[in-house]
Amino acid sequence: MLSRVAENIYWLARYLERAEDTARLINVTSNLLLDFPRTTRLDWDSLVTISGAEETFDEHYDNRSADNVLNFLCVDERYSGSIFSSLGYARENLRTTRDIMPREIWEELNTLYLDIHKQSGAGMSSRKRDAFMKRVIRSCQSINGVIEGSLSHTQVHTFLMLGRNLERADMTTRIIDVRSANLLPRSPEELTPFESLQWMSVLKSLTGYQMYRQQIRLRVNGPDVLRFLLQDDAFPRAVASCLGQMSFELEDLPGHENAQALVDKLLSQLINADLVALAHEPDVLHDFVDELQIAFNELHQSIADLYFSGRYRGQSQSQVA
Amino acid sequence: MARPGEPHQAAAILCDYLAELGGRELAELKNAAEVAIQVMGITFTVYSEGNMIDRAWPFDIVPRIIPLAEWQKTEAGLKQRVQALNLFIDDLYHGQKIVKDKVLPAEVLAQSANFRQQCVGIHPPNNIWAHICGSDIVRDKDGTLYVLEDNLRVPSGVSYMLENRNVTKRILPELFQTGRIQPVDDYTGQLYDMLVSMSPRPGDDPQVVVMTPGIYNSAYFEHSYLAQQMGVELVEGSDLVVDDDDVVHMLTVDGRKRVDVIYRRIDDLFLDPEVFNPESALGVPGLMRAWRAGKVALVNAPGAGVADDKVVYAFVPDIIRYYLDQEPLLANVPSYLCMRDKDRQYVLDNLDKLVVKPANESGGYGMLVGPHSTKKERKAFAELIKANPRNYMAQPTLKLSTAPTLIDDQLEPRHVDLRPFILSGKDSTYVTTGGLTRVALTKGSLVVNSSQGGGSKDTWIVDLK
Repeated sequence: MLSRVAENIYWLARYLERAEDTARLINVTSNLLLDFPRTTRLDWDSLVTISGAEETFDEHYDNRSADNVLNFLCVDERYSGSIFSSLGYARENLRTTRDIMPREIWEELNTLYLDIHKQSGAGMSSRKRDAFMKRVIRSCQSINGVIEGSLSHTQVHTFLMLGRNLERADMTTRIIDVRSANLLPRSPEELTPFESLQWMSVLKSLTGYQMYRQQIRLRVNGPDVLRFLLQDDAFPRAVASCLGQMSFELEDLPGHENAQALVDKLLSQLINADLVALAHEPDVLHDFVDELQIAFNELHQSIADLYFSGRYRGQSQSQVA
Repeated sequence: MARPGEPHQAAAILCDYLAELGGRELAELKNAAEVAIQVMGITFTVYSEGNMIDRAWPFDIVPRIIPLAEWQKTEAGLKQRVQALNLFIDDLYHGQKIVKDKVLPAEVLAQSANFRQQCVGIHPPNNIWAHICGSDIVRDKDGTLYVLEDNLRVPSGVSYMLENRNVTKRILPELFQTGRIQPVDDYTGQLYDMLVSMSPRPGDDPQVVVMTPGIYNSAYFEHSYLAQQMGVELVEGSDLVVDDDDVVHMLTVDGRKRVDVIYRRIDDLFLDPEVFNPESALGVPGLMRAWRAGKVALVNAPGAGVADDKVVYAFVPDIIRYYLDQEPLLANVPSYLCMRDKDRQYVLDNLDKLVVKPANESGGYGMLVGPHSTKKERKAFAELIKANPRNYMAQPTLKLSTAPTLIDDQLEPRHVDLRPFILSGKDSTYVTTGGLTRVALTKGSLVVNSSQGGGSKDTWIVDLK
């Protein structure tokens, strides 16, 4: 498989996952907001912070109202991380790889993109929020369904899985970050009454509530939710599960040792994490998430260097790279 | 149709069938075809002002019919023509005997925009330069078939010929049951075999690729279609590298893989920034070096476009006589070369009756269609011709034949042309069964290019035996 095509496919999966997970991130926030008393500091603001796009946002908007933030994250084409932009990039990538991907994927993505394009003209508002998020999540899920159901397990599939799982791991940590230092009130008294509600909405935004219940069966509490979302190797959106999947997929590629070593290092970092401390100390949690995200970038870089540059030339040289 | 209202024998089955359908049924068929084209994703790309638009391929459901016996003659004529053109190109890059023997005036060669000095002395595999030729053929009102031009650079349209047949089979399946309509789907297999026969490493399971300038190219659909149908990689320039031993490799996930044959759908001047346009990011540095060293086959060979010149075109009948010692089987449209004083005077005096073409444009650009032109346009063209006579030639406006075409819910005559594709391989020459019929959808118009609002239809070569 051509390196350029592998790169396109990998990013196609990342953009699709990003669109879906951004929709989920918005869901978790709106659920939290509904459950929270007005006195707390949590606001739509936090989403702009999490996405790391404060500068871009402030360039184009006067204030961080719910409608502005929604518009920015969902349909603003000036923000490269918006759902609309992500789907646009995914579509462009798919256009160059139409010959190797099942046709239904193109049709589904194209329809979704064109619908959202229409929506982008009209702008986004809180009233349309729910239907919009559902639409995005469902379409991304059906594309994943076609991939699972009708794409042979060749290298095309390998790079789709690598992209999807890396992006998913990254986005799961971002969603967990909603609970971290930047976003939550400092005083524990303010938090306690809503503690389990918050963790529950984090789970729900990842469609993980039921799975969590089946596995843990206890009342929802911070350390267990973190254990589930970070360390579980059975729940597909848990970070450890995403990384495990990547390790499995890397196995099929030549010269995968370096990238796989990075994955293994990350996994052991996750397993050794002090979850109780993380759950109770928002600052520590935020730093931990930060570290993970830096490691994800390194992992991406290592995959890109090896496979997207066409540099891989055989066993001996790959060890130098 | 032979004459309006009088279908020739081959068209009789079709006409009987269509006559039984009412306007509404025809409209339904048309709609079914449009849906099929959308669902199958048959598009061509129009790129303008930073926007890329994929348009659905414009298609007319009524097939054009040509009797097999007549087609066989055309096919023989095309083979003869391309064979002579290949000998001609090879001669131009070696001894230039044809110039020395004064059959081709030296100034035609001297001022050829597509003669590549860089190709002089090179021996491409099997001495073939124009592996894929798309010749445009028209029928005049008197029934004579004329070759209008030969496209030897990167002729396109063959994917639409194949897809037109697929769509037609979906919507008119009943008509295919007689078995008299010759199949066309052999093409991609023939193309692949021809490409393989050019490999510098025969027998070694050669690596063939299709090279595209990328998704912004108007023919990207075709590039990706052909790669897919042949089961080969579709590469861009950035996917290829040439090493110090002049070997071409493609960059894959598994490392470098040697490439033997490149079906390049990119113009000569963008192929290799080391030799041609240094600004080109579409090409591959060192590609010409690799080709010259015989380590890779380029299809069509660089420089083949020298015969794709509307002035050289006028000499093709002489070229056939010169190299093959045969009379041409297919006629040329009578042509006036502005470089000849007498011809030029005639052209300038009769601009309102002639079609004037620049020597090296394609896609219908830069032409003057005399009868449809304004006085101002003619004046501007007269200046262009006087400034650069070698660059212009003119032909009488032919009374192009028409084919019945569905307009709204009525069948109406519309002008058509035909582009068959000729493959020249190591041991054999192959001509597509029929070709791509293009149709001018606007009443009275002669312009059939899809980039200029033309459409297309399936072409049936029908066996009457």
